[in-house]
Amino acid sequence: MLGVTLRRPAAGQLTSRSATALKRRVVVGVLVVLAIGLITVSFREGDSGRLSRAQDAGADALRPFQVAAERIAEPFEDGYRWVESLFEARSEAERLAEENEALRQKLAQAQLAVRENDRLRSLLRFRDGARFPRDYDGVAAAVIGRPAGAFSQAIVIAVGSKDGVRRNDPVVTQDGLIGLVTRVSGRSARVTLLTDEQSAVSAVDVRTNANGIVRHGRASRTTLVLDRVAKEDVVRVGDTVVTAGWESPRLASLYPRGIPIGLVTSVGQADTDLYKQVLVEPFADFRSLDAVLVLVPRETGTP
Amino acid sequence: MIAIRVGAVVFVASVFQVAVFSGWQLLGGFPDVLLVTVVSVALLRGAVAGALAGFAGGLLVDTATLGTLGVTSLLLAVAGQWSGRYGETNGRGRSFAPYLAVGVIAILVGVGGYLVHFLLGDAVSAGLALPPVLPSALLDVLIAWPVFGLCRAVVGTAPAEAPPREVELLV
Repeated sequence: MLGVTLRRPAAGQLTSRSATALKRRVVVGVLVVLAIGLITVSFREGDSGRLSRAQDAGADALRPFQVAAERIAEPFEDGYRWVESLFEARSEAERLAEENEALRQKLAQAQLAVRENDRLRSLLRFRDGARFPRDYDGVAAAVIGRPAGAFSQAIVIAVGSKDGVRRNDPVVTQDGLIGLVTRVSGRSARVTLLTDEQSAVSAVDVRTNANGIVRHGRASRTTLVLDRVAKEDVVRVGDTVVTAGWESPRLASLYPRGIPIGLVTSVGQADTDLYKQVLVEPFADFRSLDAVLVLVPRETGTP
Repeated sequence: MIAIRVGAVVFVASVFQVAVFSGWQLLGGFPDVLLVTVVSVALLRGAVAGALAGFAGGLLVDTATLGTLGVTSLLLAVAGQWSGRYGETNGRGRSFAPYLAVGVIAILVGVGGYLVHFLLGDAVSAGLALPPVLPSALLDVLIAWPVFGLCRAVVGTAPAEAPPREVELLV
């Protein structure tokens, strides 16, 4: 910086930059004060003051320009509204689709409720009808679960020991026998179905009184076999098979007598076999069990 | 001559803002052409021009909408001053300056407007007034490119200041 001559402004003289900054500040300050003054006056005098009248006049003067601007912008606004209506139509369609889906679900639930209602009515008719075994009370239960996997043919029902259900209580539907309670908790129970490999029921042909044991079928999950039917016994296709319900002085069948099991669909006999080969189509549909009746013996203790 | 051009641009922007753009709601916000115009003028012509443009534009808007006179003027005058100072200092020669200035100023004006109305005792719910601020700022940034270009074509750019030829010694 040595050797450079710097001119020092005289006292009270502003540089050009300072003058610009000052001018800027003054202008902005004046504008801000003016704006605040306008706000104050406009706010205090309401609609009847001079400023308000001036504003009204200004608004009237601006109105033609606003109308002109609206006219100019009208085609663009129409285009904008058209695009907007497209979006609205799309969102409306989506809303209607959601509503339609909700109604469809409600309809499906209503149809399920109607079906369940019909089944429960059938159960009630069965419980109050002549076919319902004596000395038993029917405890209605909803099916609330099925064990995962194909290894076990069972269902879980929504009644348990607190409802009077005990282990080995027979379980039926309005169509016929479906299984036996094999495990009980307080509010639920597991029912092993007739189609399970562990199940076996003493049964009898209603027409010929031929005895046998109903077990699961090997061919499919929905077919039963009436096993241990002697070759000399007569069994025909179309015969009805019901529970035998035998009773001896020391032992008794777990199932009451006369509960329908199924219809005989096939009868075979081979010289090498000791027994007849009888296939039984169960009355109950094991694939769509919604509600069942647990037959609880009226007497205390194991039947 | 420049003042007339700036006045014309601000007048047109104010009228269109009141008559057209205030009714357009996009993405939950409202585009503010006048604000973008004021910021553009301020960036192009300086802080004083920006403040004057903002004050005049705000006055037109308040007049046309029969609102409280001075509210919009105050906000836009300050906005024009800030934008102009930004353009004269850090934003000089930067291509992103208009978008940055418009975005920031739009948010500040939105919040500031709410505060001013709150101070005036207007029944304004923050839950209703503040949420559109961000989408509005986004829309303003989106329209900044054409508006800034239009303003530059009409009002031109202020000549760059000559480098300082004198210094002031503060001893």
